[in-house]
Amino acid sequence: MKVIILKTTNAMENSSDLMKKLARNLETPSRQWYMWVAILSIIVLFGVYALIRQIQEGQFITGMRDNAVWGIYTANFIFFMGLSYAGALVSCSFQLLRIQWAKPLLRIAELITVSTLIVGAPYILFCLGRLDRIHYLLMYGRIQSPITWDVIAISTDLIFCVAFLYFTHIRDFAKLRDLQGLKVSKWRKKLYTVLALNYRGTPLQKKYLHQAHDIMAAIIIPTAVIAYSLLSWLFGMSLKPGWHSTIFGPYFVVTAAYSGVALLIIIMWLYRKSRKLEDYITNKHFNYMAFGLVLLTMAYGYFTFSEYITDWYNQTTQMSTLLGKFTDISQYGGLQLFHVIFTMFVPLIILGLPWFRSINSITLVSLFIVVALWVKRYLIVVPPLETPFIPIQDVRPEYVYYSMSWVEMTLTISGLALIVLIFTIASKIAPIIPVAELEDVEDASKPIIRFSTKGA
Amino acid sequence: MDKNDKKNNRRNFLKNGLTVGGSMLAMGMGPAIAKDSAGEGKSSGEKIKVLTTEGKVIEVDKPEDDCKIDPCEPPKGNAARQGIPGRSFVMVIDLARCKNARKCIEGCQKGHNLSPDQEWLNVYLMKDNPESEPYWFPRQCFHCDIPPCVKVCPVGATYKRQDNIVLVDSNRCIGCKFCMTACPYSVRIFNWKKPPESDVAKEDYSPESSVPAQIGVVSKCDFCPDRSREGKLPYCASGCPMGAIYFGDKNEDAVSNGTETLRFRQLIKDRVGYRYLDELGTEPNVYYLPPVERMFDYKSGLNDLSEEKKEVYKNIIEGDHPQNN
Repeated sequence: MKVIILKTTNAMENSSDLMKKLARNLETPSRQWYMWVAILSIIVLFGVYALIRQIQEGQFITGMRDNAVWGIYTANFIFFMGLSYAGALVSCSFQLLRIQWAKPLLRIAELITVSTLIVGAPYILFCLGRLDRIHYLLMYGRIQSPITWDVIAISTDLIFCVAFLYFTHIRDFAKLRDLQGLKVSKWRKKLYTVLALNYRGTPLQKKYLHQAHDIMAAIIIPTAVIAYSLLSWLFGMSLKPGWHSTIFGPYFVVTAAYSGVALLIIIMWLYRKSRKLEDYITNKHFNYMAFGLVLLTMAYGYFTFSEYITDWYNQTTQMSTLLGKFTDISQYGGLQLFHVIFTMFVPLIILGLPWFRSINSITLVSLFIVVALWVKRYLIVVPPLETPFIPIQDVRPEYVYYSMSWVEMTLTISGLALIVLIFTIASKIAPIIPVAELEDVEDASKPIIRFSTKGA
Repeated sequence: MDKNDKKNNRRNFLKNGLTVGGSMLAMGMGPAIAKDSAGEGKSSGEKIKVLTTEGKVIEVDKPEDDCKIDPCEPPKGNAARQGIPGRSFVMVIDLARCKNARKCIEGCQKGHNLSPDQEWLNVYLMKDNPESEPYWFPRQCFHCDIPPCVKVCPVGATYKRQDNIVLVDSNRCIGCKFCMTACPYSVRIFNWKKPPESDVAKEDYSPESSVPAQIGVVSKCDFCPDRSREGKLPYCASGCPMGAIYFGDKNEDAVSNGTETLRFRQLIKDRVGYRYLDELGTEPNVYYLPPVERMFDYKSGLNDLSEEKKEVYKNIIEGDHPQNN
């Protein structure tokens, strides 16, 4: 059996070489690295400043008003939570299905899960007018409210995903602890010792850790599906035309997976370039992920089509008004067109046909998909809010149309910066390629489903 | 439950003690009974014995609510969640009488210490179909029996009371605005800015009076239960110069606009009263009488408006369809 990634890693003795090689990236950071972290931190601090201003002066300094009571914060919330659930779905299905070729991608997917969850969840809190009363959610929580469902689902998901991320790190921490000649500071060495939990690779430890992986993966998949469906029902449970849709649960889950796979490709590309990981994140990976993306494009297109066609065919007054805004270029027509082109047509042509497919084109298309899916989230949140049952008869333009203020813009950008920062730091602590996982390729003794790589 | 038991015990104790030496209590009950006989309150059907000033023991109807005793302080905090027992508040709006005088809005804003850009009730210009004449449509909170806003509140800051009223507790609200997205009638508003200064001290806040307001929370029409306790109509009903807004009690089967009091059920029956967007299943408690045989041309309501506002209404008046504006 020949496995694509294992040119250098298909034997036990080679794996410590692999760790040695990859651990070079973890050694005492360069000045450039510190500069990079400093820049990201400053952007994050701008966000903190914006948040403080918002708390001090109230939400009047945001673009939100009556009617469009939610805006870009909620769009970001859905967007980032979607990425998070997708990362969880991808990494856990790879784990459970024993998909060997995907092993180098596992850690990136898991980091996507945790980083976007940490960054995404607070966005719904930024919508709160009274952040000082946030503990009321626990003190007076009502289970009838979809917000309470989300509080429970997200906190559960966070615990599971952080645990899973940690479990998948333990063996690498043990390797780093044992690695001779690793040039890192003393506290880092100590950190590895503590975090490795005295893992020595005994058969029993191996077995238990393996079981823990599988159990967590098996739990996280349904958790992620349920959690994102619950999130979609924040909208689906509403009477509001454009929100009240029975398709929202599965639609959101598919959208999440779609955006998550696209982001995975982008981050694969970034690490491949910046860390010179061409041997581990190969052309094959990009191609396989692109196939996945094509499948998801079709699934997404199908859901989107069935959502709009049923509303359009019925021509109810409310929905016609809303759909009219989506086709009117002076309103949301432009955004909608962008979304449709880059989530449905471009991926099918560039990724589905062999002539345009390359690592760079796949990544570029993925970037457009991620942006277009953010736009889609914006289109889910804002236009229905601007289309209430009683037509708005307000003369104040900001009460009729939502437009984001500098506060919301700053907090959005700093959220992105925080995700990059988490990735920057996390990949300095442990290699972005799960070394110990690659070791397992050979002795995946009891696969549930073996992904055949014959002839690869 | 515990509280109620205690209250009952206390009542029984007082009741038993009354016939012996209850002259002091009789003095205390005096205003309540007087008010009751004036038709303000409702009797619970129970009889109690009191001592008159002549020294005679008589049996009278027991007033069903302590709060009928002056001064009728609106309850604070969780006490405001119960509602006034035996009441079932309801509103009827006669669309044939509304001419967009907007006095209801002014009265409401003044009474609740709102800033001029905060409208708990609003008057919309409606046009049901391309052929029909536009009409003015005052819209306050409908105090639904199945309120979507209450359903979605994560902290129970907005709640439905047994007297039909849906209130917001500003001390509980976390400002998530989920109720605003849930309300199909765009009734709720958010305090984006610091609210105007109020004479009412913060600790005197009652969800029934909704004053003083707080920043970062949701507020809305409260049906003025504090005014009902005093035997007054809500600000909008008493403020309307046309008498278009009737307020009353379904249990009493009476609604009043301040000048005339009508039988609620007969009024709805005769004038074919309807509830706005009733098909959503929210069971509103505000009824509309269709704008037929109008007292005014709707155009008279356009006179005092700003050019921008007129522009908004122009789209509605000329629009092929009321939604496509």
